[in-house]
Amino acid sequence: MRFIIRRLVFYAVAAWVALTINFFIPRLMPGSAVEDIMSKFPNLNPAAYKALEAMLGVGHPGSLWHQYVNYLNDVLHFNFGTDVTEYPAKVSSLLAQTVPWTVTLVGTATIIAFVIGTGLGILAGWRSGGWLDRVLPGLTFLQAIPYFFLALILIEVLALHAKIFPLGQGYAGGDIPGWNWQFISSAFYHSLLPAFTLIITNVAGWMLTMRNVMITTNGEDYVLAAQAKGLPHKRVVLTYAARNAILPQLSGFANALGFVVSGAIVMEIVFSYPGVGLLLLNAVTSNDYPLMQAIFLVISFAVLFANLIVDLVYVFIDPRARARSA
Amino acid sequence: MTALMVDTGTKPPPEREKRERFGAWRRLPPKAKVGALLLGFFILIAIIGPSLAPYDPSYQNPNPSLSLNSPSAAHLLGTTQNGQDVLSQLLTGVRMTLELAVIVGLVATAIAVVVGISAGFLGGLWDEVLSLLSNVFLVLPALPLLVVLLGYLPQKGETATILVLAFLGWPWGARIIRAQTLALRNRDFVAASRETGEASWHVIVYEIMPNEISLIAASFVGTVLYAIGASVALAFLGLADLNSWSLGTMLYWAQSDQALTLGAWWWFVPPGLVVALIGTALVLLNFGIDELGNPRLRSGSGTIKVGGKWWGQTDPTPVLSQAQRRPSRAGSFLHSFSRESLTEGPTEVAGPVP
Repeated sequence: MRFIIRRLVFYAVAAWVALTINFFIPRLMPGSAVEDIMSKFPNLNPAAYKALEAMLGVGHPGSLWHQYVNYLNDVLHFNFGTDVTEYPAKVSSLLAQTVPWTVTLVGTATIIAFVIGTGLGILAGWRSGGWLDRVLPGLTFLQAIPYFFLALILIEVLALHAKIFPLGQGYAGGDIPGWNWQFISSAFYHSLLPAFTLIITNVAGWMLTMRNVMITTNGEDYVLAAQAKGLPHKRVVLTYAARNAILPQLSGFANALGFVVSGAIVMEIVFSYPGVGLLLLNAVTSNDYPLMQAIFLVISFAVLFANLIVDLVYVFIDPRARARSA
Repeated sequence: MTALMVDTGTKPPPEREKRERFGAWRRLPPKAKVGALLLGFFILIAIIGPSLAPYDPSYQNPNPSLSLNSPSAAHLLGTTQNGQDVLSQLLTGVRMTLELAVIVGLVATAIAVVVGISAGFLGGLWDEVLSLLSNVFLVLPALPLLVVLLGYLPQKGETATILVLAFLGWPWGARIIRAQTLALRNRDFVAASRETGEASWHVIVYEIMPNEISLIAASFVGTVLYAIGASVALAFLGLADLNSWSLGTMLYWAQSDQALTLGAWWWFVPPGLVVALIGTALVLLNFGIDELGNPRLRSGSGTIKVGGKWWGQTDPTPVLSQAQRRPSRAGSFLHSFSRESLTEGPTEVAGPVP
């Protein structure tokens, strides 16, 4: 319990850093964002101008400290301001529409990639020098291909020519989002190719790290002792070597979540998938600063939350951690 | 190499010197050799490529018959929709992409070395604050932050991209360098140097850093890899100077002019393939560096087949005793917040060792 509380404090610090960076970015950047926005959107009224100034901190209403406190207060109440592109839509409602898409697809694909990659890593590490181990350099090439490049080629081949998968979007044009079978099956069908591309680009990385940890673990005395006792092969691999090797793999997983999210953003842009990443790019191209900042915060918090979950799993599977955190 | 010759005192005859030089190359793991050769090839292209380019990469040929030509003798990699020569763009683009990545790598690795070594060497509160900072930056997602930062910048030139990428690229390297410094700090040769009254900077530069060269090199290669990936992705998203020629902007224009849908694979495939090859070269090089430090990672070595089963080798060298850390009171308090505090021995949690 103590460990969990301490990690909670760490994430609180990280969240505070994210909030503070987010607060200072618009205030330190050159150029007048407000003028930019006003010239792009002539239909904004003077009240919106004031609101923008307050949001971006250009008009300097009150001291910096005062602005900061107000900003933290707004964020606490999920008040991210008004969106400028789809004025007067609330930024928080735009987020509520897009977050579930990203979380469902990216979350599932990441976990599948992690499980497959770790499994293959166990095999490659145990049979070091076996055929699985020898194809690793080839997988490296697959991993070095820029994600969007691979995805675009797969869209070209599998969706445009072979017509096995849809071209993009989250669901078929005629469907109305809702909890009915037609919509859910359409959404599932549209998520297959994006998920597939995310999985094949991530598997090699997990496999490689797991293989390396497995090889180090195989050299440990307790593995040799287990082999010497004549335990079944499967038991030595799974409960002696792999079980110990998976702990560093799991903290590696937590550390890599930020990268996974970055890949997901590009994925959504390539597939026009109606998630947070696409929203972020649209916000950037239309100079929609309030939306941009809110999305950054939401993504950061999601990554921090996922890290916390990994910590909980860690405590669950590592007996040493359980003993110490009790 | 040179250090070896100095040690022996006598200059070996040229023949032996030659054999030694090739010997070092032969001892390199094969993966590292492939990586080094591949990378050398692209560095060569980056240096001489722009002067080899047969055309001006930006020149838009007004002749409509030269639009979207497939590869031919005049245009070895075909032309774009505006009649620009793809090969010339590629030769120019490799330089810009590599140049940007190397600068980012140098800046970020320098920050990582400074932060990592000061955290590990100074210890105490310094260590805790710097580690906390790098852990926080490690856990925050980089690409969204990059996108937001570049979104605010009025001009998205090369300098802006370099600064932003370097600002976010250091924590990973800092972390591994810190861990290595901690392990080295209490080794005998460092202690001896300190006992003789050398200044801290002297101990760091002459005793600690030479023992971390491979780690710093690996961190540099990793950062260059990250910079290539991130800069290409950002350019693809349109967050770069789109009038310059890098591999990322080539892909941006190819995609926004629908090269693939029009069937112009010669426009879209080469830049992506070059990025992938450079990336592979860097990863292989890093494998090689890893395997030099930890020979057991070499595939095939260290396992023997007995009775149809593969047996892993046992550790041939006894594990060096872990250097004891002596965190300050505030330090051990802060340290207990980290994930690592879980896996360390109970003595560490108990506090300072007398």
